[in-house]
Amino acid sequence: MNLDLTIKIGGAAGQGLETIGNVLSKSLLRSGFFVFSTQYYLSRIRGGHNTFQIRISDAEVRAMDENVDILIALDRTSVDRHLDEMTDGVVIVDRDVVELGSDHDSIFHVPMLKIAKEVGGNKIYANTVAAGAAIGLLCLGLDPLNEVLKGMFLKKGQEIIDSNLRVAKAGYDYVRENYPHGCKFNVSAPEAKGDRMLIAGSEAAGLGALAAGVQFMSAYPMTPSTGVLNYVAGHAGEFGVVVEQAEDEIAALNMALGASFTGARSMVTTAGGGFSLMVEALGLAGITETPVLIFLAQRPGPATGLPTMTEQGDLLFALHAAQGEFPRCILAPGTPDECFYMVADAFNIAEKYQIPVFVMSDQYLADSLFTCDRFDTSRITIERHLLSDQELRTKHGDYRRYKLTPNGISPRALPGQEGMLVCADSDEHDEFGRIDESQENRIRMVDKRMRKLEMLREEMNPPSLYGPRDAKLTLIGWGSTYGPLAEAVDMLNEDGHPTNLLHFNHIYPMPAEKVKETLARSKKRICVENNYTGQFARLLRAETGIEVSDRVLRYDGLPFTPMSIIEALREKQVI
Amino acid sequence: MVSVEDYGEYETAWCPGCGDFNILKAVKAALANLAMPPSEVLMVSGIGQAGKLPQYLNCNFFNGLHGRTLPPATAAKLANHELTVIAVAGDGDCYGEGGNHLIHAVRRNPDITVIVHNNQIYGLTKGQASPTSERGMVSKIQKQGVFNNPFNPIAFAISQDCSFVGRGYAGDVQHLTELLMKAIQHRGLSLVDVLQPCVTFNKLNTFKWYSNRVYKMEEGEYALDDRVKAFERSLEWGDRIPLGIFYTNERPILEDNHEILKEAPLIRHKPETGRVNRLIEGFT
Repeated sequence: MNLDLTIKIGGAAGQGLETIGNVLSKSLLRSGFFVFSTQYYLSRIRGGHNTFQIRISDAEVRAMDENVDILIALDRTSVDRHLDEMTDGVVIVDRDVVELGSDHDSIFHVPMLKIAKEVGGNKIYANTVAAGAAIGLLCLGLDPLNEVLKGMFLKKGQEIIDSNLRVAKAGYDYVRENYPHGCKFNVSAPEAKGDRMLIAGSEAAGLGALAAGVQFMSAYPMTPSTGVLNYVAGHAGEFGVVVEQAEDEIAALNMALGASFTGARSMVTTAGGGFSLMVEALGLAGITETPVLIFLAQRPGPATGLPTMTEQGDLLFALHAAQGEFPRCILAPGTPDECFYMVADAFNIAEKYQIPVFVMSDQYLADSLFTCDRFDTSRITIERHLLSDQELRTKHGDYRRYKLTPNGISPRALPGQEGMLVCADSDEHDEFGRIDESQENRIRMVDKRMRKLEMLREEMNPPSLYGPRDAKLTLIGWGSTYGPLAEAVDMLNEDGHPTNLLHFNHIYPMPAEKVKETLARSKKRICVENNYTGQFARLLRAETGIEVSDRVLRYDGLPFTPMSIIEALREKQVI
Repeated sequence: MVSVEDYGEYETAWCPGCGDFNILKAVKAALANLAMPPSEVLMVSGIGQAGKLPQYLNCNFFNGLHGRTLPPATAAKLANHELTVIAVAGDGDCYGEGGNHLIHAVRRNPDITVIVHNNQIYGLTKGQASPTSERGMVSKIQKQGVFNNPFNPIAFAISQDCSFVGRGYAGDVQHLTELLMKAIQHRGLSLVDVLQPCVTFNKLNTFKWYSNRVYKMEEGEYALDDRVKAFERSLEWGDRIPLGIFYTNERPILEDNHEILKEAPLIRHKPETGRVNRLIEGFT
């Protein structure tokens, strides 16, 4: 890694920092860099202090860095708060707009508002000026930024595109003329551009759902799950998806079950608070054996908690939610490309086993932009496991929705298929789906449902190994912590501390034997999680009997950075 | 030809003399008269004595949760609109636990029929007040008599421009059968509130009590799409209780709002994974 730079944009909600951030991120991707961007925002529509942080490198980056090289400050708070995060970087600020208490030789005044008005004819172009100025400061070519702007304003017409291009160039030129020494970052665009994309977890999950042929989605909007809902709803017409905004999460999951029972591939999106309301229907999915995908984007609870921040606090809740016992499956992607492929896998598991399947992400994964290899749709398979009309004819009217089978999976037909009836019941039921309260039947049906879990357990992936096979120290993580953990492992190995990472994205049912085998080689195991109670470590112990030596936990609403993990290990005197 | 026998004969868990028997009879007769084959009918129900009705019918059913009858019924219709979807619930289920779903189902207006067994009491849990219990009715819980105002489902539905609003009576199978036939044939959400005596727990609103009060509204008394007149009639309760269709309108149905459903039912659409490539392009 020859180059590792961080650009931070700070401002109040509503000032458009997300627009600048997205435009810059994409322009830098197109320039050939690996890009990783994160957002920090508060639960408000206007005001407050938000940031958008972009890290660029010529090698793969998977997490945030804590040092800032370029700060684009849209308000005074951004300067006051982030000046001490600066290396010997540069602050871009419009002094006509932002009053600064002190002066500093690294503060570059760029009259963004003035340029926007004079060159673009409207103050709304100030953000494009800022983007141009940042590219100028990096001494990169303007072409990628121009291309991004053209794509972004395609629908707004040529006039808007031209104004944007003009002001971007004006911002760029202003910096190059007034701060020729600004090019100290010594950045050159990489030669090979690669076939890469820049995408957040939300969009990746939405794309995965569309690729997997989702037909019905119901949800009640809730941060940080709304991104998936927005993405799928935005393409619903073109892909033949019915998206219904439900009156509450109770209705959302019950709707998805009604649609799924009738034959539509169905999913819901929610966060922990909304899932609380879905718990009753989760049990309904369990006993009626109705497939459904629950996309659960976590945020810090309980109750409203920190609505716009991140946490991995809902794992044991998802695992134990609803009364009684029934099989379920939990997957937790670590990156957007895992989101994409795993949503498709989750649908297949749900329909093969006729169970509810969770895909758990969190605000960090949902909102951060990762550089990934282009998604390969040829890897997506759609496995519905439905009885065809042809197969039904051979049954001669003796169709049993809950037929007892050796593996517990009953043949699934749909209401409306000729010559037979499909009956689903939330009461304990017989093979035909009609109420049966006898003890013999109860035992048969519980056994049947739970058998499916054992078959699924065999299908679940063991954790992936990152880093040297034999290392003194093994870090264990699940879901979205993959990036910071992998970078921490690289840094530790470089510093002479042999370390590896075991990352779990198939969480439950845990393939205990495979996991024990994988973990047998590790000497010291530290579980790293974004919660207070070490939920995954508890699950690991429950499922395998394996005790971790220690835990690194973070529950302040922020994601781990590689440095924060390493510092915690130092504090614990592990390294 | 579809006959009443096609809908089967099952042993029930209802008390002898329960109003539910007549509702079951009327449902079977309505479906048979409309020549609907059982495999094309989907009954969706909640929990309670009313929720058991589909158990005693030969047809497809989804017997879900208490209060949650309407969301799965709405979505089932969206998934396969060729099915005749009938939601069956009790007053506790539809007007209490599921009240919020009723509000929004009426707003959505899917082409489904909602039959509410309204016995003004909680039967399965043994005799507590329901959302439609009369003020002053004494129960094990409401020792001083019910204080809350009873919910008026007919007035509520008309106020929210529900597409079809009717009231039937379990003591008049013939009238109820005809009412259900019209409700099932109506395009849009049809709410049929059925007065149903609970012979075990409701000692106030008995067959005798209802029979002394109910009367059939004359056809053509007022135009059925006259919402104000309909609303006025919906407030009549006490010595005289009107039965029949109160209100209808031709509002667009939920299924019409989805272009995709015009070609074929949602479940018959083939997924097109390859088309995602064009979207992926936008992220490069």
